[in-house]
Amino acid sequence: MTTVLDPTSEQAPAARERATRPESLAGLTVGLLDISKPRGNVFLDRVSERLSGLGATVNRYTKPTFTKPAPVDLRHEIATTCDAVIEALAD
Amino acid sequence: MSSDLPPVPPLPDGLVAVVKRDCPTCELVAPVLGDLHERAGLTVITQDDPHFPADADWVHHDADLALSWHHDIETVPTLLQVSEGVGEQRTVGWSRSEWEQLSGLDCLGDGLPDWRPGCGSLSVDPAYAGELAVRFSGSSLHSRRIELASLEDEWEAMWDRGWSDGLPVVPPTETRVLRMLEGTTRGPSEVVAVVPPSLVECTVEKVAVNAVMAGCTPEHLPVVIAALEAVCTDEFNMHGVLATTMSVGPVLVVNGPVAERIGMNSGINSLGQGNRANSTIGRALQLVVRNVGGGHPGGVDRATFGSPAKVGFCFAEDEAGSPWTSLAESRGWRADQSTVTVFTGESPRILADERSRTPESLTKHLAQALQATVSPRMMLGMDAMLVLSPEHMARYADAGWSRDRFMEELSAELTFDGDDLLAGAGGIAAGLPPTAAGQKIPKFRPGGLLVVHSGGPAGLFSAIIGGWANGPRGSDPVTREITP
Repeated sequence: MTTVLDPTSEQAPAARERATRPESLAGLTVGLLDISKPRGNVFLDRVSERLSGLGATVNRYTKPTFTKPAPVDLRHEIATTCDAVIEALAD
Repeated sequence: MSSDLPPVPPLPDGLVAVVKRDCPTCELVAPVLGDLHERAGLTVITQDDPHFPADADWVHHDADLALSWHHDIETVPTLLQVSEGVGEQRTVGWSRSEWEQLSGLDCLGDGLPDWRPGCGSLSVDPAYAGELAVRFSGSSLHSRRIELASLEDEWEAMWDRGWSDGLPVVPPTETRVLRMLEGTTRGPSEVVAVVPPSLVECTVEKVAVNAVMAGCTPEHLPVVIAALEAVCTDEFNMHGVLATTMSVGPVLVVNGPVAERIGMNSGINSLGQGNRANSTIGRALQLVVRNVGGGHPGGVDRATFGSPAKVGFCFAEDEAGSPWTSLAESRGWRADQSTVTVFTGESPRILADERSRTPESLTKHLAQALQATVSPRMMLGMDAMLVLSPEHMARYADAGWSRDRFMEELSAELTFDGDDLLAGAGGIAAGLPPTAAGQKIPKFRPGGLLVVHSGGPAGLFSAIIGGWANGPRGSDPVTREITP
C-alpha cells in the first residue's frame, strides 16, 4: 500500500465519490452481471423479473469466471450501454 | 521548516562520541573511547551494535537514529562537547590534536596514527535518510494522507482521482515531498499564491507535492514557486488565461545563473522535449493550477483547441551565446539575477528565412510573419514572443545591431496603413474600425513584443509564439526573481 500526499485543495472528500443514484429505475437500462457462481442465475432471474416490473430494461451479462475481475471489454460494454448495474454474489 | 518541527531529543551533557561498529576509524579509536570515559566521563552513542565499544552503561544505543538525525551527525566518529542537551563544539573523524583540544586531555590514543577520516553516519545513509526524514519531520507536512489500496495501480489510482494532465505522474509520497522541499529555504506552510480559478491559498508544500508529480527535482522547485507567484497576479491573470477559448497557456522563460545551474536547455530543441527541467517545471505549474486551483479542461478551462504547450512550456534563454542583453535585462533585471518571465502564449510556429544576408532583409521578413500572429488584421490587442535562433541572431551580431536598434527597426516595419486593414477592406469582414482610416497603426503596443535568444546552432529559422489579449482586459507578461 502506498500513502501519498493529496495534491489538491482538499475541498473534496478523499474517498472517491459514488456515482449519483437514479431516483427511479423506470425507463432506465439496468445491467445484471452474473459472476458465474453456481445458481447466481436463479437469483438474477428473479431480480430481472422485479426490475422489469419497475419499468426497467434489463440486460444480462456473465463474467467468464468469478475468480477474476470482469474483462475490460465487458466492463466497457456495461458502462456504455447501461444506466445502472447490479453485480450478483452467490454462496 | 524549523517552526513545524517536533522538539529535539537532548544529548547527554558532557563529552559525547557518536560511533558505529561498521566504521574502521571507530574501531581504531575504541581504546580512546574507553580512556575518555574513565578520564572525562565520556558517553558513547552507538548507531549499530549496542555493545560497541563496550557492554557498559555509558554506551547508549541510538536504535532509531533519533539523536543522530536531530543533532545533524553526518560522520562517525563525531566527538561533541554537549551543554544543556546541545552539542556546542564538535569534531569529526579521528584527529588526536582536535580530540585533545575538545576534551582538554592529553596523551590520547597512544600508538594510533595522528589522523584518520571517519565514515558516513547511518542517519545520512541513503538507505535510511528518506525514511528518517519522514519519521522525524514528516509531521511538519499538512497535506491529507491518501492511502492507495494495495490492489490499485498507483498511476491508475492517481488518474482516477483526477490528479493528472493525462500523462503519468510520480506518486507524491512523504519521502519524495520532503526531499523536494529541500530545494527551497521556504517553510512548507508558507503561502505562495492564491491560485485560480477556485482562488485557493497554495502553500510551498502543495507546490512541492505537484512538483514531485510533474517529475521535478528539488533544484527545480524555486523556479516553479517563482512561476506560480508570477502567474497568480492581477497582471498575468491566470484565471483568464485558463478560461479563454483561445489556445494559450503560460510560457515560462528562465534567465540568469539558475538556468545553467539546474541544467536547463537553451540550445538544440530548447522549446521541445528531452530536458528534464524544461519539461517538468512548466508541467508542475500547470498541475498546481489543475489540482490546487481546480482548473480542468471542460470546467473553467474552455479552450477551443488548447495546445500541446499547455502540458507545460518552459525554456531558457541562451545568454552566453547572445550579443544582446537578455529578455530579463530588457525588462529591468540584472544579468546576475535569476528570473522567470511568464507570457501568455500559443505553441510556437516557425518563420523560415534562409536567404536574408542583411539585418534589414531579415527584419522585414520577421515583420511579415509577426503581423500574422492571431490575425494579420488585428492590431495592438495582442502581444507576441519572438525567439531568435543563433543563426538568425548572427545576422544582427555581424552587422553590430543592438537589441534597441533591432526593436526600433522592427517596430517601424510593424507599422501599417490603417486603410489596408479596415473592416471589409479586401473583402474580409474582420478588421479595424473606421477611425483607423488614414492612420499608421503599430502591430504591437510598447513592450508587447518579447524577444528571446534560444535554440540550436543550425537552422535559419526563428520561432514566433502568438499571445493573447493584453493589458487589463487580458494578460501582461510578468517577471519574478527566483530565490532559494
